[in-house]
Amino acid sequence: MTYNFKEIMNKKERLAPGHRMCAGCGGTIAVRNILRGLRDQDQAVITCATSCLEVSTFMYPHTAWQDSFIHNTFENAAATCSGVQAAYEVLRKKGRVDGTYKFIAFGGDGGTYDIGLQSLSAAMERNHDMVYVCYDNGAYMNTGIQRSSATPLYADTTTSPVGKLSKGKPQYRKDLTAIMVEHNIPYVAQTTLFRNMRDIHEKAARAIYTPGAAFLNVMAPCPRGWVYETADIMEICRLAVDTCYWPLFEVIEGQWVLNYKPTNKLPVEEFLKKQGRFKHLFKKGNEQLIEHFQAEVDKRWRVLLERCGS
Amino acid sequence: MAMDGNKITETVSWRNITEGCKIEAAGNSRLFNTGDWRVDTPVFIAEKCRQCLLCVSVCPDSSIPVDNYQRGDFDFMHCKGCGICAKVCPFGAIEMKMGER
Repeated sequence: MTYNFKEIMNKKERLAPGHRMCAGCGGTIAVRNILRGLRDQDQAVITCATSCLEVSTFMYPHTAWQDSFIHNTFENAAATCSGVQAAYEVLRKKGRVDGTYKFIAFGGDGGTYDIGLQSLSAAMERNHDMVYVCYDNGAYMNTGIQRSSATPLYADTTTSPVGKLSKGKPQYRKDLTAIMVEHNIPYVAQTTLFRNMRDIHEKAARAIYTPGAAFLNVMAPCPRGWVYETADIMEICRLAVDTCYWPLFEVIEGQWVLNYKPTNKLPVEEFLKKQGRFKHLFKKGNEQLIEHFQAEVDKRWRVLLERCGS
Repeated sequence: MAMDGNKITETVSWRNITEGCKIEAAGNSRLFNTGDWRVDTPVFIAEKCRQCLLCVSVCPDSSIPVDNYQRGDFDFMHCKGCGICAKVCPFGAIEMKMGER
């Protein structure tokens, strides 16, 4: 199927304005583009882990969602979604529900990489017909920018603060996408907001309409936590992809496919220097920190190229 | 019980809220004005616009209405003035008025 951008932008909007996400939030841009992967005639059931997205889009008595929405607790978005999906299957078989419903769970990186990992793993293992979308902004932004296992190396957060004795988060980030691939589910993909959104749109549509469990990991920059001017989001995402910090790939039935290989792989400092959370890396005497960061990016990129056979 | 989002405010008594705080409405956050958060304001210059709709895809606040493949002026009741649209526009059809609502 060819990608018709204008056709997709002309689709009905499934996330209403008036939600209280920050100006310039990457999370809502991701959600809007993912929901456009749904066919207009289909309905969705959306589940959220506790996150910025949950608290800001569903403030009683208002909802920003055009579709059914359920929030339970921080750690069980995937369990809740899979439960509703199982109930739907039963009702459908009994002929008590009309129309097609698709099941999408959204969680931030805190609710996915850390707190919700057990319920996510279980839902994927049971292979429910659902999509779990992690919008990864690399920290617990909702509660005030605490580090998570998705926070990149050396990032300044409130629980890995930069100071005399600390250079930011000392650990590398967890590779959750690869962990999800190891669940042997039909579809796993990693994407972000890139160019005309073709990558995120096609992956969302594929994930939603693949029978069985699917997982999407979407990098969604946070202007507050990453410390950059709100207008620069698309440039930051492009640099994340072009430096191979956040490669775009998908794994279809166990087959790794690289979706984009930069013709000119940029040094990772191009991505880092745009963000205030890495400001300390550019102070004199910290050059080796950028080298460490680059070495890790290069290592993970090499592994990915091997997996994709390219 | 159907609920009117307009009737439930911060001063509502617990007796009058919906059972389990269910919301039996879709997309009614539209009633809430987030436009007053804005510090900088985008200005749509219709004659420069070529209707590529790139701005629509990057708006976090669904504040660029599209009707029949054509974008219209901004929804200023909800636009928070982040400026992403102005930055991605290839034709200079969106300018930011800095510090003006």
